[in-house]
Amino acid sequence: MSPFVLLIARDLRLALRQGGDAAMVLAFFALTVILFPFGIGPEPELLQRLAAGIVWVTALLAALLSLERMFGADYEDGSLEVLALMPLPLEAQILAKCVAHWLTSGLPLTLIAPLLALFLHLEASGYPALLLGMALGTPVLSLLGAIGAALALGARRGGVLLSLLVLPLYIPVLIFGVAAVEAQIAGLGARPHLLLLATLLVLALGLVPFAAAAALRQALE
Amino acid sequence: MLRLANPNRFMQWSAKLLPGCAIGTAMLLGLGTWLALFVSPADYQQGDAVRIMYVHVPAAWMASFVYAIMALASAVALIWRHPLADIAAQQSAPLGAGFTLLCLVSGSLWGEPMWGTWWVWDARLTSVLVLFFLYLGYIALINAFDDPSRGARAGAILALVGVVNLPIIKFSVDWWNTLHQPASVFRLGTPTIAASMLWPLLIMALGFTLFFVTLLLLRMRSALMAARLRALRLQESQAA
Repeated sequence: MSPFVLLIARDLRLALRQGGDAAMVLAFFALTVILFPFGIGPEPELLQRLAAGIVWVTALLAALLSLERMFGADYEDGSLEVLALMPLPLEAQILAKCVAHWLTSGLPLTLIAPLLALFLHLEASGYPALLLGMALGTPVLSLLGAIGAALALGARRGGVLLSLLVLPLYIPVLIFGVAAVEAQIAGLGARPHLLLLATLLVLALGLVPFAAAAALRQALE
Repeated sequence: MLRLANPNRFMQWSAKLLPGCAIGTAMLLGLGTWLALFVSPADYQQGDAVRIMYVHVPAAWMASFVYAIMALASAVALIWRHPLADIAAQQSAPLGAGFTLLCLVSGSLWGEPMWGTWWVWDARLTSVLVLFFLYLGYIALINAFDDPSRGARAGAILALVGVVNLPIIKFSVDWWNTLHQPASVFRLGTPTIAASMLWPLLIMALGFTLFFVTLLLLRMRSALMAARLRALRLQESQAA
């Protein structure tokens, strides 16, 4: 197996054995979505209008939860420094970490989002756009989050700092993700928004590893 | 250029430059304010409220200009590891955040009489608000580490990430806004602006820029002196 795949497998195994990372993210996602009907009232029309926005905003917040862990545990026990000595370039390792993070947060979020949208009476035609948009958008969240996680390594109050760093960068994903669902429901077609999300993903895939690697290097110096 | 950037030389030439900058700032801002308040005409629609523009528009320009300066200084700091560039980037951030806040507050004060509301989710307002949070994130990051040089390097990377992201955020916010508000009633950009209003505006903009330069030099000087004091104290404590 290539070192890249091994690294993904290692992170997944760690996430599984330490247990409950993905489950916590999902529980947070579901609970926060369920809070909204209490906050704004149970009228189906109102919830239907807000469904896409609520699901996306909540998914954004849920994706933040496990970001700190992406490099945090490895940084504290020193394995990050060993990893940095591997022949596999740091940039590739970061991609591997992002894949592992996405598999334990973005993917479960994407899969459960339609179920939560059901609770909010999302219009039937919106589901494909929601699923596709989440599938394209959540990897961007993991990638952008990697920069924030690498920058905030060893900082005081790292978790709060991380959300302050990363949330402004998440705005474009939120905009196009929600727009895709709403355009589909309005009968305009979600294609342009999904293509823009795909553009963001390609850009992030190309650029983020370098920025995050620079951030990791300075953290390890 | 590099010789001028040596911290000792910087202290010398900035000391000479500073009084001139301060006097220039006072004159330009004074002249600009007088022109804006008394000479320039009131708008035929907006009345005297249009005079808020002479603070609001230069502040908006400075908000993005300072971010560009910050990113440039950060790039220099990362590439050449120049200590002065680090200090320049760090010391511009609170100034940029201040200009951004001034832009938001003056815009809000202007919006109330004109649009009848303190805040609209107009594309431009929203992007400035996001810019404000980018500044806050940067300031929080550089202060979050026990080792100040660690914060400086992390901040430099963040500033560059921000500068790549700003156009994307700006574009997406424009896109979002056109989706949600088909008719943009709140468009401010009249294509032509009368010369009687343009001149005071330009003078104010120049005054704001010089004001920024003055404050930046002052802040950089005090940051350098503080660093020197720290080093001296450290030496003393080690000698004792």
